[in-house]
Amino acid sequence: MTKYAFHRSRAEMLPERAPPLTSTGVIGWVRTNLFSSWLSAVLTVASIAVLALVLPGLIEWAFIDATLTGELGKDCPSEGACWAWLDQRITQFFYGFYPVESYWRVNVCLALLVPALAYMLFDKLPYARYGRWYSLAYPVIAAILLVGGLGLEVIRTDQFGGFMLNLIAGLVGIVLSLPIGILLALGRRSRMPIVRWFSVSFIEFIRGVPLITLLFVAIILLPLFLPPQVTLDQLIRVMIIITLFASAYMAEVIRGGLQAIPNGQYEAGQAMGLGYWQSMRLIILPQALKISIPGIVNTFIGLFKDTTLVIIIGLFDILGQARLLQTNPDWLGKVDYETFLLAALFFFVICFSMSRYSLNLEKRLDTTRR
Amino acid sequence: MSKKAAPGGSGGFDISRAWTDERARGVIFQLLLVLGLALLAAFIVSNTITNLREAGLSSGYGFLFDTSAFDINQRLVEYSSTSTYGQAFVVGALNTILVAVMGVVTATVIGFVAGVLRLSNNFLVSRIVAAWVEFTRNVPVLLQIIFWWLIMLALPRVRDSISFGDAAFLNNRGIFLPAPIFEDGSAIVLALILVGVVATVAVRYWARKRQDATGRTFPVGWAGLGLIVGVPLIVYFAVGQPLDFDIPEKKKFNLKGGFNVTPELVALWLALSTYTGAFISEIVRAGILSVSKGQTEAAGALGLRRGLTMRKIILPQALRVIIPPMTSQYLNLTKNSSLAVAIGYQDIVSIGDTILNQSGQALEVISLYMAFYLVLSLLTSAFMNWYNKRIALVER
Repeated sequence: MTKYAFHRSRAEMLPERAPPLTSTGVIGWVRTNLFSSWLSAVLTVASIAVLALVLPGLIEWAFIDATLTGELGKDCPSEGACWAWLDQRITQFFYGFYPVESYWRVNVCLALLVPALAYMLFDKLPYARYGRWYSLAYPVIAAILLVGGLGLEVIRTDQFGGFMLNLIAGLVGIVLSLPIGILLALGRRSRMPIVRWFSVSFIEFIRGVPLITLLFVAIILLPLFLPPQVTLDQLIRVMIIITLFASAYMAEVIRGGLQAIPNGQYEAGQAMGLGYWQSMRLIILPQALKISIPGIVNTFIGLFKDTTLVIIIGLFDILGQARLLQTNPDWLGKVDYETFLLAALFFFVICFSMSRYSLNLEKRLDTTRR
Repeated sequence: MSKKAAPGGSGGFDISRAWTDERARGVIFQLLLVLGLALLAAFIVSNTITNLREAGLSSGYGFLFDTSAFDINQRLVEYSSTSTYGQAFVVGALNTILVAVMGVVTATVIGFVAGVLRLSNNFLVSRIVAAWVEFTRNVPVLLQIIFWWLIMLALPRVRDSISFGDAAFLNNRGIFLPAPIFEDGSAIVLALILVGVVATVAVRYWARKRQDATGRTFPVGWAGLGLIVGVPLIVYFAVGQPLDFDIPEKKKFNLKGGFNVTPELVALWLALSTYTGAFISEIVRAGILSVSKGQTEAAGALGLRRGLTMRKIILPQALRVIIPPMTSQYLNLTKNSSLAVAIGYQDIVSIGDTILNQSGQALEVISLYMAFYLVLSLLTSAFMNWYNKRIALVER
C-alpha cells in the first residue's frame, strides 16, 4: 500500500503529555471559573469585596458581639445581636399563647403527623392499608388533641399562635385545597356550561383580588352574611378563606396538567366503556396530577408563606409574636432584626426544602432530552 | 317499564331512566347547582339585610360624597381633610398604582440582572446570587416589608441626615429629592420629547421596511437618541433652561421643600421589588435555558457577535417562555402591594380601612377594593396578553 505518499506508521502509542499547568488543578479551576474574561474578573473582584464587607460584620454582629443572657432589653449593649430573649420567649414563638401545661398536646400532634404524611406520600410502607385509614383519620385526631373535648380540657382557638398557627393554617389549606382545586379544574373543562361558567368566575375572581381583602371578608363581612345566632370561630373563618384562596390557584395548576394530557387518553377511556368519573379517576387524573406536582408544591409554598397575613387581622402567628416582642417596652428597639431573623429561618427551612423536593421531582419527571 | 326509552331519540322521555342518561343527568345537575347558588345568595342577602337593619346601618355608595376628615400625607393629587371619601379612595388607588408601577420596573431589572448573573460561569457570582434568590423567595413577603420598614425607621434622624451632595437627603422620614419646577417654555421641551418618541417609532418602522426591501441597515438607536434626547436638549438651552429645582433645605428639626418619598413607600417598594425580582430571576433563567445551545452556535456560525446573539437570537426566543409567567408575577406584585396596610403606607386598602372604621360601610368599602383589584388585574393581563401575542412565534 504505498499509494499514499504521506502515509506513516508508528509501532507504539506516544505517551500522553500532561495538560498545560494553567488548565488543571487549582490554577485551572480559578482561571475557568473566576477569571475567564475581563468581565468575569471584575465580577469576581466585586463579589469578594461584597463578601468581605458583609460577612465579617454579620458574623461579628450575630455571634461574636452577641449577648446571650439577660432579663431585659437593657441588658443588651447596642452593638451586636441581642439573643437574651430567646430563653424566655422561644416557646411563645412556637406555641403562641397555648397553655404551657398543654404543650405536650401540640407535640404529640406533630409526632403523629409524621406517619400520617409518610403514608400519604409513599406507597411502599408496611401496613399501608391501615396507614391510609390512619392518614384519613389524622385531621380528626389532631383537631381533638389541639382544641380539646373527649375528656381533654378545651382550649380556645384565640390562644393558638406562633409558628404552630402557621403550620395548622398551612396544613389545613394544603390538605383541603387539593380536592377542591381538582373539582374546580374539572369544572372549568366541563361540557356543562353552567358548571364551567361557575368555575371560571370563581377562579378568576379569587385570583384577581389580594388575599388580604378576602381575609377582611372573613372577619368583617361573614358575620353580616350569617344569621346573628350563628357565630363561627375566627380561626375557622380564616382557614376557610385560605383554603378557598389556595384552591383557585391549585385549580389553575391542575388545569395545566389536564391540558397536557393528549385527547387520545380521554378517548381511550371512553372506548373502554368507562364513565366520566371512572375515566378521570383511573386514567386522566393520575397522569395530570403527576405532571402538575411541581406546580402544586409551589402553590403549597406560596400558601404557607401567605399564612403570615393573619397578623393583619389580629391573630398572633410567628410574625405576630415577633412584632409583640419588638413593641414590648422591655425589649423596644433591641430585638427588631433578631426576632425577624428567627422567623425568617423557620420559613426558609420549610419552604426551601419543599422547593428542593419539587425541583427533584421535576427533574425525575422530565423525560424530554436536551 | 313498558315504554322503551330511547335516550336522545324522538321517543318519550322516561323520567325513571333520567339518571342513566348522561345529558339528562347534566341538565339535572346544573339545575341543582343553579338552585343551590340561588338559595345561598338569597340566604346571604336576607341575613345581610336583617343584620344591617338591626345594626341601624344604611347601605349604598352615598357615603363616598361625605367629608372624610382625615389627612393623607402620601398623595399624588390634591387632597385635604375637607375632601370626600371618594377622593380619598382615588388617592389610595393612585398610591397603589404608583408602588405597583415602581415595583414592576425595578423587579424586572433586578430579575433580569439576577437571572443572567446566576447563569454566569463565574462560580462566585452565580453562587452568591443563587443564595440571595433562594433566601428572598422562601421568606414571606410580609416579613420582608416590615423588615425594610424597620430599617428605614432606624436611619439617622433629620439632624444627622445622610446627604447626597446637599441636594438629596436620606433619613428616618424617608428620602428627600429635589423637586422639579417647570417654568415658561418647559412645555415646548416636554412636547419635543414626545415628538421625538413618535418620530423614533416612525424611523424604526421605515428602517425595518427598508431593511426588508434592500438589506441595508439604519442606526435606529442613534437616530432615536438624537431625536428624543438631543433635539430637546438643544432647545432646552436655546430657550434659556426653563427648568429649576426646588432643593430640600436642612433645618434643625425638619427638611423644607423638595420632594419627599415616605419611608413606608421606600420600604414597600424595596421589599416588593426584591421579592418579585427573585421570582422573576428564576423565570428569566428558565427562559434563557429553554433556548437550545444550537441557537447560540448557529449565531456564532453566522458571525454574529455575543451581544447581537443575545439581542437578536436568544432573547426573542426566551421572551416567549418568559412573558406568561412574568404576567402572573406582575399581578402578584400588584396584589402584594395591599400588604402596605401592615406598615401604614396609604394605599387603597389602608385608606379603605380608615374609611371603613369611620363610616362603618364595610360591604361597600370591601366591594370597592375588590372591584379595583379586579379591574387592575384584568387590565394588566389584557396588556400582557397583547404583548405576548405580538412576540409569539408566527407559524405558517
